[in-house]
Amino acid sequence: MSLSINLTINGEPKAVELDDPRVTLLDLLRERLGLTGAKKGCDRGQCGACTVLVDGRRVNACLALTVSLDGARVTTIEGLADGGRLHPVQAAFIAHDGFQCGFCTPGQIMSAVGLLAEGHAGDDPERVRELMSGNICRCAAYRGITEAVLEAQGVLADQAKETAA
Amino acid sequence: MNRFEYVHPASVAEAVAAGSLPGSAYLAAGTNLLDLMKVGVARPERVVDITRLPELDRIEWAPDGGVRIGALVRNADLAYDARFQQTFPAAAEALLSGASAQLRNAATVGGNLLQRTRCAYFQDLASACNRRVAGSGCDALDGDNRLHAVLGWSEHCIATHPSDFCVPLAALDAVVEVEGPAGKREIAFDALHRLPWFTPERETALERGELIVAVRLPAEAAAVARHARYLKVRERTSYAFAVVSAAVGLELQDGAIRGARLALGGVAAKPWRAKSAEAALVGPPSIEAFARAADLALVDARPSGANGFKIELARRLIVRALQQALDGTPKVMPALPASPFSTTPGASHAA
Repeated sequence: MSLSINLTINGEPKAVELDDPRVTLLDLLRERLGLTGAKKGCDRGQCGACTVLVDGRRVNACLALTVSLDGARVTTIEGLADGGRLHPVQAAFIAHDGFQCGFCTPGQIMSAVGLLAEGHAGDDPERVRELMSGNICRCAAYRGITEAVLEAQGVLADQAKETAA
Repeated sequence: MNRFEYVHPASVAEAVAAGSLPGSAYLAAGTNLLDLMKVGVARPERVVDITRLPELDRIEWAPDGGVRIGALVRNADLAYDARFQQTFPAAAEALLSGASAQLRNAATVGGNLLQRTRCAYFQDLASACNRRVAGSGCDALDGDNRLHAVLGWSEHCIATHPSDFCVPLAALDAVVEVEGPAGKREIAFDALHRLPWFTPERETALERGELIVAVRLPAEAAAVARHARYLKVRERTSYAFAVVSAAVGLELQDGAIRGARLALGGVAAKPWRAKSAEAALVGPPSIEAFARAADLALVDARPSGANGFKIELARRLIVRALQQALDGTPKVMPALPASPFSTTPGASHAA
């Protein structure tokens, strides 16, 4: 049985033929499309290393069945930078040492991008920590991560103001 | 994961037809089902994808102020809905205290109700579990059971229901709308989840092929909106299931309690409504009255293993939740929803 669906991956339309309905979004990205930024940590939705945006919302790619996502827009860490220019969240993670080994970082950054789009944290570090709790960092770079999210929020707000002006 | 046939019906009727075949499982977001399929606990022959069904993703308000929540409404969308937060604040707080932001963005209302227990022996194929394989035994009885049930358990199963959202739904007399091969019907929330007795493998009142299409909260449940809390003790600050939790709501008149709602989570195979405690709360509020109500709520509790501490913990959590509900529903959602330790916006829970 062949299942064909259409996805938009990092802005590019992609026709996807699946020979097996069991393929998760994470396995599609990593094993079939060569996008290895999203990581397979626990593969059970417990660590957040596989976080990507589906239709602009952050989700665990390991718990999403690809065949169920026909028509969806998927954004991964590979689609975040604007050419050679880092996304403000990426730049802030570097500026604030928001990582050590880096394995969880693509998930952390995609989760932070989703968090900022949701707009529920305000400038409260406690809310940032709570809303980032689905992303585990075994190096415990949490302090830098929280600082990076708050700084990126400011940068994005300034950019939005400039665009509006 | 076993191979399965994938079907994506275009209507509820088509879904029910496919879902009624032996070996079928309904798939919504899949945040629980896919996980169970990966570890082999769930092995459906046919997966019926309901995510594209029309009209199940709506929040509809009735003229009387009640709400009908479509089964496919995502947890985050419901929790952040301004009117829902205002009208049923304990339910919104419970939603935001569950899982992670990623999971709440995906997980659905119907799926939340039907999620399976997180008992480790249920999830481990090498263990005996009457819930997973009827008649195979229960390794939790002599196992690591400090988080297991203290109410309504039997020697055949001591698992708990893991949902936060279901606890206020039980307290607020929610109604579950179901469609199945025999047509439509409604199930009172308290009758949806079953206690284990001799047949823990029968977890809910749903018959084969029946699909939850909506959950309704009646307008009367909004009477406690100004004095409502959901509190939850976890083993870490965030992103953990409840050790015990409590949904409370008070309706006050001239400083006295006119009506009360109380349900507990993490203590039984279903969200545990404490009606006798609710009745006892009517009258002037006081710490002593709250403690008496807490005693009544746990009067039938007994440890199923190394979990006797949960009984006293639940009593104290009930008193704390009632005190906080009496003070009033927080004006804004707390930074750590449902945390008994930190409720001040901006305050840090840690030094």
